[in-house]
Amino acid sequence: MYAQLIKSEGMKSREEMSQEEIAFQERVDRGEKIEPKEWMPEGYRKTLIRQIGQHAHSEIVGQLPEGNWITRAPTLERKAILLAKVQDEAGHGLYLYSAAETLGVSRDELLEKLHSGEMKYSSIFNYPTLNWADMGAVGWLVDGAAIMNQVPLQRTSYGPYSRAMIRICKEESFHQRQGYAVMMKMAFGTPEQKEMAQDALNRFWFPALMMFGPSDKDSVHSAQSMAWKIKINTNDELRQKFVNETVPQAEYLGLTIPDENLVWNEEKQGYDFSEPDWSEFFEVIKGNGPCNRERLGARVKAWTDGAWFRDGLSAYAEKAAARRAAIVAAE
Amino acid sequence: MSAVVDLSSAEREVRDKAAMASPVSDRFVTDAALKPAFFDWLCRMGDNALVLGHRTSEWCGHGPVLEEDIALANTALDLIGHTQLWLGLAGEVEGRGRDADQLAYLRDAAQFRNLLLVELPNGDMGVTLMREFLFDAWHHACLSWLIAHSQSPRVAEIAAKAIKEVTYHLERASDLVVRLGDGSGESHARMQAAVDLLWPYTGEMFKSDAIEAELVKAGIVPASETLRETWERTVSEIFEEATLDMPEDGYSHLGGKQGRHTEHLGFILAEMQFLQRAYPGASW
Amino acid sequence: MSKKEWPLWEIFIRGQHGLNHRHVGSLHAPDAEMAINHARDVYTRRKEGVSIWVVPSVQITASSPSEKGPLFDPAESKTYRHPTFFDIPEEVGKM
Repeated sequence: MYAQLIKSEGMKSREEMSQEEIAFQERVDRGEKIEPKEWMPEGYRKTLIRQIGQHAHSEIVGQLPEGNWITRAPTLERKAILLAKVQDEAGHGLYLYSAAETLGVSRDELLEKLHSGEMKYSSIFNYPTLNWADMGAVGWLVDGAAIMNQVPLQRTSYGPYSRAMIRICKEESFHQRQGYAVMMKMAFGTPEQKEMAQDALNRFWFPALMMFGPSDKDSVHSAQSMAWKIKINTNDELRQKFVNETVPQAEYLGLTIPDENLVWNEEKQGYDFSEPDWSEFFEVIKGNGPCNRERLGARVKAWTDGAWFRDGLSAYAEKAAARRAAIVAAE
Repeated sequence: MSAVVDLSSAEREVRDKAAMASPVSDRFVTDAALKPAFFDWLCRMGDNALVLGHRTSEWCGHGPVLEEDIALANTALDLIGHTQLWLGLAGEVEGRGRDADQLAYLRDAAQFRNLLLVELPNGDMGVTLMREFLFDAWHHACLSWLIAHSQSPRVAEIAAKAIKEVTYHLERASDLVVRLGDGSGESHARMQAAVDLLWPYTGEMFKSDAIEAELVKAGIVPASETLRETWERTVSEIFEEATLDMPEDGYSHLGGKQGRHTEHLGFILAEMQFLQRAYPGASW
Repeated sequence: MSKKEWPLWEIFIRGQHGLNHRHVGSLHAPDAEMAINHARDVYTRRKEGVSIWVVPSVQITASSPSEKGPLFDPAESKTYRHPTFFDIPEEVGKM
């Protein structure tokens, strides 16, 4: 998802757990929320920092592929809607960094790790947005896939993360719909527009499926994360659910999903479909996606170019505080 | 699924908000003699908002810190909203069936009436914020006059809607100019450099012409030079607090209001209008 | 690289006149005035508030989690603090 391939901990059996760990697990099992500063296993804290941090990074890097089209949006209304949506993503990044900060890591530390490549963001944002229908496809497929994961995460065991997800889900309710609305305009528009819509679907289908992460059988350490309720569903469950919901939406648009093996399976009451090319996925994660360099480069540039701005405002705040203190001292 | 096929509620909200204004009666809107000048002046207001909103939106995703990225997007969104109002009225006054979108997306640079100031490239955050401040101080003074004195109820109505947001823009930009001007050595130097770069483009705000004179006579708009005093007071107060020097008034670059622009506007329009130009008549 | 990270602020917003301020989240700002501006831009994008409080996160003193029992358990025995503790005859009417 926005957090793929999170390195978690090996699952501990009950016999291996300390008294504290057992008490902690029981709280999680009862559905209690764990709050900042309460006792938690070190592995829980570290896994959460990685997961929330990666999710936050994905939000702010995720501004870029859509931000690309803000200045080219075809009407004033589309421009406003797209800008509001991309701005929301900045807000969501901010909420998530704040949640991670309650675990004893600062936002600047997390950003440094993003910039150095030590921390990752979702593979999906390393794909280019090439035509206006991509604004539809990103909202419909990418936000659609993200929502699959984010809705259950509202119930996650860590209080600040859960509350951030609740706020994000509330605000995101319009994102997928605006994407689908763009797709409808394109798919039911001129032949050129329909062609753009199909092209967008062709390019985003498999990368969207990759967002859920590798198959469960290859997914490392997800059992511990699920026991801790920081991962709620398995990758394959969510991917299947996404395909089941998306196929009829594509049919309504009159668009073809680029998978010859896609077929309804009566027995499992779901679609059979082709796996994405996982070697491509791992290449993108490694930095070899079509836009890795541009995306990370843009983030690093924004941060570096902004240093004087942040420092200048800090300098003023210090001066102003000193002036206030001098006035108080004089009185 | 069913939830998705239902048309976006967010879109409907945006549309409804735009449509909410039930037009108040305004004899100037259909005044044939005044039409060319009135249309032109409405384009000046709309194009300022459109082009500055466009420039400001370029920052989205590239801001120096998340909080500022979000704040700049709010400003850009406000300006796009103002564009819809001013150009919407311009289209009505023109009476040729062109709406705000057609005016924004299908006029060429020579038909644009914005100030040169707003089309200049963003530069660093110093230039971006200084430009916003210099423009906001004028914008606020202009809207205040329109609300208090304009004989056109439609114009006064748009000004009254816009001023709430512009008041915040001016407060925010003033605050940042003060903080960065009186911040670190580097931030001070960058802010002063921004003033020096932009200053020759501020004179245009206070330069009247024949088109404006017609509307001044009708009591619809203020004479540009009358806004200078308020503007200068705001700017000098803020600059003093910001420890920035106000340049000597010298040469002014002019022409934006008459459609003679810098080279930059052509590139803005090439980008902004690309889809409408490449696929004429398509609906988006 | 910046020299110094902006401090973290906790943001409280009064959603409507007459209601309590409620904690909505946090953000970074160099000082209190800018924290208020940022809060307006970040947390009231959908017109969610009429008043904003900002508090430096480091200034918040929290009850320590281990005290959770002693602090809150006693209240559980004072059920008379809750209106449903008292049976009022129906003929008295709404109370």
